[in-house]
Amino acid sequence: MANYIGSSLKRKEDRRFITGKGTYTDDIVLPNMTYAYIVRSPHAHARIKAIHTDKALAHPGVVAVFTGKDLQDDGVNPLPTGWQITDSMIEPPHPVVAVDRVRYVGDPVAVVVAESRAAAKDAAELVEVDYEVLPAVVDATKAIEDGAPLVHDEAPNNLSFTWELGDKAATDEALSKAAHITRLEIINQRLIPNAMEPRSAIGDYHPARDELTLYTSSQNPHLIRLLMCAFVLGIPEHKVRVISPDVGGGFGSKIFHYPEEVIVSWSSRKLGRPVKWTAERSESFLTDAHGRDHYTVAEMGMDEDGTILALRVNTIANLGAYLSTFAGGIPTWLYGTLLAGQYKYPHIYVQTKGVFTHTTPVDAYRGAGRPEATFVLERLMDTAARELGMDPAEFRRKNFIPADAFPYETPVVLTYDSGNYEGSLEKAMQLIDYKKWREEQAKARNQGRLIGIGISCYIEACGIAPSKVAGAIGVRAGLYEGASIRVHPTGQVTVYTGAHSHGQGHETTFAQIVADGLGISPDNVEVVHGDTAQIPFGMGTYGSRSLAVGGSAIWRAVEKIREKAKKIAAHKLEASEDDIVFEDGKWVVKGTDRALTLGEIALTAYVPHDYPEGLEPGLEENSFYDPSNFTFPFGTHISVVEIDPETGKVQILRYVAVDDVGNVINPMIVEGQVHGGLAQGIGQALWEGAVYDENGQLLTGSMMDYAIPKADDLPHFEVDRTVTPCPHNPLGVKGAGETGTIASTACIANAVVDAVSHLGIKDIPMPLTPERVWRAIHGK
Amino acid sequence: MGHSIKVTVNGVTHEATVEPRMLLVQFLREVLLLTGTHIGCDTSQCGACTVLVDGVATKSCTMFAVQADGKEITTIEGLAANGDLHPLQKAFWEEHGLQCGFCTPGVIMSSYDFLKRNPNPTEEEIRHALEGNYCRCTGYQNIVKAVKKAAQSMS
Repeated sequence: MANYIGSSLKRKEDRRFITGKGTYTDDIVLPNMTYAYIVRSPHAHARIKAIHTDKALAHPGVVAVFTGKDLQDDGVNPLPTGWQITDSMIEPPHPVVAVDRVRYVGDPVAVVVAESRAAAKDAAELVEVDYEVLPAVVDATKAIEDGAPLVHDEAPNNLSFTWELGDKAATDEALSKAAHITRLEIINQRLIPNAMEPRSAIGDYHPARDELTLYTSSQNPHLIRLLMCAFVLGIPEHKVRVISPDVGGGFGSKIFHYPEEVIVSWSSRKLGRPVKWTAERSESFLTDAHGRDHYTVAEMGMDEDGTILALRVNTIANLGAYLSTFAGGIPTWLYGTLLAGQYKYPHIYVQTKGVFTHTTPVDAYRGAGRPEATFVLERLMDTAARELGMDPAEFRRKNFIPADAFPYETPVVLTYDSGNYEGSLEKAMQLIDYKKWREEQAKARNQGRLIGIGISCYIEACGIAPSKVAGAIGVRAGLYEGASIRVHPTGQVTVYTGAHSHGQGHETTFAQIVADGLGISPDNVEVVHGDTAQIPFGMGTYGSRSLAVGGSAIWRAVEKIREKAKKIAAHKLEASEDDIVFEDGKWVVKGTDRALTLGEIALTAYVPHDYPEGLEPGLEENSFYDPSNFTFPFGTHISVVEIDPETGKVQILRYVAVDDVGNVINPMIVEGQVHGGLAQGIGQALWEGAVYDENGQLLTGSMMDYAIPKADDLPHFEVDRTVTPCPHNPLGVKGAGETGTIASTACIANAVVDAVSHLGIKDIPMPLTPERVWRAIHGK
Repeated sequence: MGHSIKVTVNGVTHEATVEPRMLLVQFLREVLLLTGTHIGCDTSQCGACTVLVDGVATKSCTMFAVQADGKEITTIEGLAANGDLHPLQKAFWEEHGLQCGFCTPGVIMSSYDFLKRNPNPTEEEIRHALEGNYCRCTGYQNIVKAVKKAAQSMS
């Protein structure tokens, strides 16, 4: 019997993508469909004095024009946020369409629905909005100052919350006694996700059945349905079906419940016709939730021999104009709890201020809090090693949590499940030949060349999360995952998963699990995701949770199928249940050659003429899996860069990634995830960054201005693994979607600073563009 | 307002009346319902809409439908001959050269044109040739491998 788990099976979903037969939301055309175009605020902050829609309404082909007031008068509620960070968190309403004030460039102010996209767009130009432009603030450190323009009147100093974790007194005391303190001021710049498929949504209301179908490019259709039905529109959940078909990348940006999903749903209910909206890329730049945007002061104290004593981190996090779905949790629980990294910290204290500004809302972007934490820590580790005159690898090794210390409780509330940090560092150093590069670096310096070596040792908490923990930290949702397995009478299998694939290859990975679990070929397993009408319930995909939580749910359902199959096999084979074992993909009477396959058992289950007394016919099982802990992937990345002193351009000479994501189901897919993550993390280090002018205009509002990594910007990555299985889920898996992004930003930044540190340069703010690096080198 | 055009797409000739401002990519997607060609940006950066116009890789968002009058267009849907996958399609599948699949048709069509011009490229040449096609999922490594593999299997 083939062992599919662990093999690099070609992806089942690829045939449709390579032949142009995928179905993304914008590909869907429904009879009698209309098109929505959204009029958006050109100002970062303004009062809406009046909106004149009559000219737009008179435009040929226009079906309707709606304003925020129309939605409000019809009882449409503001968009909710899903994560309450503190009891006193200020949570101002987020209207679906602005009513009297706009708070960022891109805030929706009116909706034009027409017979064609072109007519809707033409008519949108005719909507006249009288604005009284108000002063705006875009920088969170300025927004909390007294006298700064207020984004929401109910949030003084633009503060939504102040969150803290760890023992402040003990940390302060330890730092006061430290022989050496390393201090860094870090700007983790704002990023714009740029999934290649722009967001799209279609509302399709059927008046006679009173049923609404929402097609949306979302990472979690069930959550969208729940939020929209229960909080925003107040319509019954069982009358709403949300379908997220093929989705062209998400990286976090498609987790959230967006205004446009409500706009097309509500409009379709009003008009009794399907309404489609698809973002133009410039709208994506303005309205997809952005990522990162932290200002941090971090201090780490050490004793004389380089043993870490304490870490104190103060972060100001820019939340943008409104609280997006998971906004509060990203710079707090998904950030502060990760600040122990791979190291033994006796004391840690972290404080985060969540601040409103007149900018696009900020929420999870690949890694979501964990790259920010890793960046703080790993920049500190390199800087401290340099200040102490130690090798950065040696300094890390000295402070690692040892492999025999697991499960390990950190001072920031996490209990790491398993790890071997020394193991991955060792492997990465060997792969890159660390010693040789240190020698090369010394030689190069003598020749006036600038070579730098960067190390990044990271920890990730993924597989979110035990629902009990989620509740305790303010998540307004459970974070289990659902799965259902239907064995058809002929022995083929359909798997329904609450996880959602938007590039991750679930249709293959999950099929491999079920194939091994039930003794069939993956060709006989179909994985269905992204449809609330078919799947029992699901929390969707983010935080590298699909396999650890969704895969575990599938495995639990496999076990239930196996249990029932065993009863049927025992009856058919006239053996005791205790004597039936699942071996080589069959149900076998122990020690004999008498056996049944899944197909034989399934047929019996659906044609139960000769069947165990009291057992229900059919072969279908549901499972909801709630994890008992997060999982903690880890690893070490090492890069070597060379900087051209004349231009400041950074060239990556080598990039080695050694990751430990626990057991691996499909190595090819895991490596692909790492590659993609590296591209995004390196993108942040070297090129990417959102820039607003002081009036709140997004200057990097197109692909011409915002530097997404291209094929010839990136090196060939050398990817390897160690395997430390997760001890608390049935597959022993940890999660692989974000490791690359989490580790690589700090890895590259460390390499760049390492290349120029002998020139007295301690830090260069990201992105490390040629201009910035050149200025640092030349002191200009 | 409408202009009559005659365009051959994947071997089939279509006659249509289109608005002068209609882009070729809109014509393909909205009139012919060939939705394998995608729109990823509005500034001709991303390359998701790349098709062949008279055999030359062209971003179909940079061209009006009326400019395609009398031309032969090949889209991703027309690449597999008689149901047999093109070596590029096979290689992308085998080398895991795609994840979400959104950029994939454009990348494959660009690569098709590139391999015609350079049947035996180096990694560096492939990376340079694909500069006009953004992929946010793969980090490009497996795309480069796939193009190389396709080149080998076609030579």
